[in-house]
Amino acid sequence: MNEKKNATANEPLIHLSKRESISIVKSWLIRLAAIVLGLVVCGLVAYILSDKLRSGKKTIFDFYHSFLVKGSFSTSRKMWKFFKNMAVLQCISLAVTPAFRMQFWNTGAEGQTLMGVWGAIAVAFYLGGKVPAALLLVLMLAAALLCGALWALLPAIFKAKWNTNETLFTLMMNYVAANVVSYFLVVWVPSGSSSLGKLPFGRLPSVVHDYFLIIVVAFVLTIATFVYLNYSKHGYEISVVGTSVRTAQYSGMNVKKIIIRTMIVSGLLCGLTGYLIAAGLDQSITTESVGGQGFTAIMVSWLAHFNPLSMLLTSGLITLLNQGAAQISQDFNVSGAFPDVIVGIILFFIIGSEFFINYKVKLRRRARAVRKEDIK
Amino acid sequence: MKKIFAVVLALVLCLSVFACTASADVSNVKLGVILLHDEDSTYDLNFINGVYEAVESLGLTEDQLIIKRNIPESNECYEAALDLVDEGCTIIFADSFGHETFMLQAAKECPDVEFCHATGTMAHTEKLANFHNAFAAIYEGRYLAGIAAGMKLNELKQNGQLKGEVPMMGYVGAFTYAEVISGYTSFYLGAKSVCPDVQMKVQFTGSWYDEKEEKTAAEALINAGCDLISQHADSMGAPTACENAGIPNVSYNGSTIESCPNTFIVSSRINWAPYFEYIVNQQAAGEAIATDWTGTIATGSVVLTDINTKAAAAGTVEAIEAAKTALENGEIKVFNTAADNFMLKGGAKIESYVADVDTDEAFTPDTEVVLDGYFHESEFRSAPYFDIQLDGIELVNSKF
Repeated sequence: MNEKKNATANEPLIHLSKRESISIVKSWLIRLAAIVLGLVVCGLVAYILSDKLRSGKKTIFDFYHSFLVKGSFSTSRKMWKFFKNMAVLQCISLAVTPAFRMQFWNTGAEGQTLMGVWGAIAVAFYLGGKVPAALLLVLMLAAALLCGALWALLPAIFKAKWNTNETLFTLMMNYVAANVVSYFLVVWVPSGSSSLGKLPFGRLPSVVHDYFLIIVVAFVLTIATFVYLNYSKHGYEISVVGTSVRTAQYSGMNVKKIIIRTMIVSGLLCGLTGYLIAAGLDQSITTESVGGQGFTAIMVSWLAHFNPLSMLLTSGLITLLNQGAAQISQDFNVSGAFPDVIVGIILFFIIGSEFFINYKVKLRRRARAVRKEDIK
Repeated sequence: MKKIFAVVLALVLCLSVFACTASADVSNVKLGVILLHDEDSTYDLNFINGVYEAVESLGLTEDQLIIKRNIPESNECYEAALDLVDEGCTIIFADSFGHETFMLQAAKECPDVEFCHATGTMAHTEKLANFHNAFAAIYEGRYLAGIAAGMKLNELKQNGQLKGEVPMMGYVGAFTYAEVISGYTSFYLGAKSVCPDVQMKVQFTGSWYDEKEEKTAAEALINAGCDLISQHADSMGAPTACENAGIPNVSYNGSTIESCPNTFIVSSRINWAPYFEYIVNQQAAGEAIATDWTGTIATGSVVLTDINTKAAAAGTVEAIEAAKTALENGEIKVFNTAADNFMLKGGAKIESYVADVDTDEAFTPDTEVVLDGYFHESEFRSAPYFDIQLDGIELVNSKF
């Protein structure tokens, strides 16, 4: 009897074990449940924090409507904005993915994209009006790709040659990029305001809609990246390096070359996204032109398990949350922190759900049985 | 040019008086406000307070105001403006300098909606019927706050409490940019008007809002022998440093007396409520909104907070009141270039200055602004353009 008691006392209340495998349906059910649960918690928090909800001026239905529908789909303009924002986020997420598959933790997409914007804007600033508009757009693209690739290449070389820590290196390069932009804003704007304003040059032509081209590019890139990663020799090499560098070396792969090549691909994709932001949207630059999407993209890519097609779902979801949160700030007239809290709660649940997809949770069942015996 | 401007200005003043007295039906007006940040930034908070004050005094309902927070100076500003048009807004206002080109883009697309932009410079050259700039003659407020500073220095001098030979002020600035230069120079001149031998050191942070940098800069200035600190940056950094060191502080954007009860003297700020009231009333009455509106002490746009008698020198309240009346009457000018030993550059008086008033890509100076013995700040356009470095003001660094 005593022995049994001791045995149950030593057994933890919650037992975790790694799942061997999980069906796709089950994993998506867990994710869906997490999102629903997150939304419920959001509603509770909103009710506590918002005067308008508590005083009955707005109902909880208004809250969910603003968050999930009105923010992204209530007008055609908002829908275009939704798909455009999603497209930009998707492009950066695609950019970080090849390196992630290789277990190269590129946290520098923010800076690589910003340098892409910078390259394009620099060309527009110096050559705008001096060369034909079409040629200018081509030169801007070339500069954006070059700058994005260069910003990714530097840490890759250091990693390949001297095995430096890529996470820190790429992260640091973000700050260098931001300072490069600040510096040039001083050079370009002699009045000292550091505000360049919208340039009259270097605008992508509007096909169907101003944002249509960006959306098409993102869609094509998604398919291309999917094919590249899954059906090309390069993609195979990336997977092998990601699984085990030694296996790759043993099978005669040039790991250094693969690291550098893959990071250049990442940098080119970031540069291209920077070009879309510069020529398709802003025609201007600030240190905030990428607005943290380079970091959000890491989450988008990770949540999609580095699968470009699943990323359409995750980037769509994050965009929906962000636009919804901004709509809540507007409709409920609350400060910026409130929508951040709401988005944070949902993300917490989504990221948390990955844990339950990877691990099985068992509660201590035997304990109850033993207690029953004791009573007897 | 100047005459035309005077006529326009007079018209604007008449109209604004008319607008204040007329009780037009404002029920069809819907105001959309685009903010760079939110309540956490004192800059944006100042606009939020202004718009709420105006909404209350105009009797607008909750549905007649939409605020969009955290809108960056990019295509997102344009998107936000058009979304506000979709929401039925009839006037759209943006608060940050960098919003301007994107507001212009939206204004061109929506000629039936009024677009008003604070701190901008392009309305008077773009000549778009529905795009307007606004600012306030805040240099007058800074000048008055400077008088409080000068009197405090005089008091310290009499008590033998100065750190050095001459009274030294420190100023924490954001960028080496006309708006900041105009601000610290008018503050300096206000102090100099009562304390002729005052000198000033200016240190820039290179950011409009960086609490740590601003605190560090204030501490550096205090260590460099400054007897009093003022600032043109939006955080609590400098006031906190002053309270910790027991150095008097002249603040900006609002009172900091709660956190700094022993060192806060007075603060100047722009009150945006009169402008919001003006644009709503103009639209309700079917009248045009001024292309370039400059708020003044008279319109209630340039205000000082209550003076903290615990920290201020005796007689400060009366001295400021007298100077305020004189400014309103035009008896004194802040940037008085004619007075002896007042505004000197290289030891000489400033006879002429051509400022960059009309924005162009090369930032070429285009307008003579020293006329009739004073520098005409905020008269040729609302946004400041005074950017002369005067004797007696030492720039510790420069940040653009």
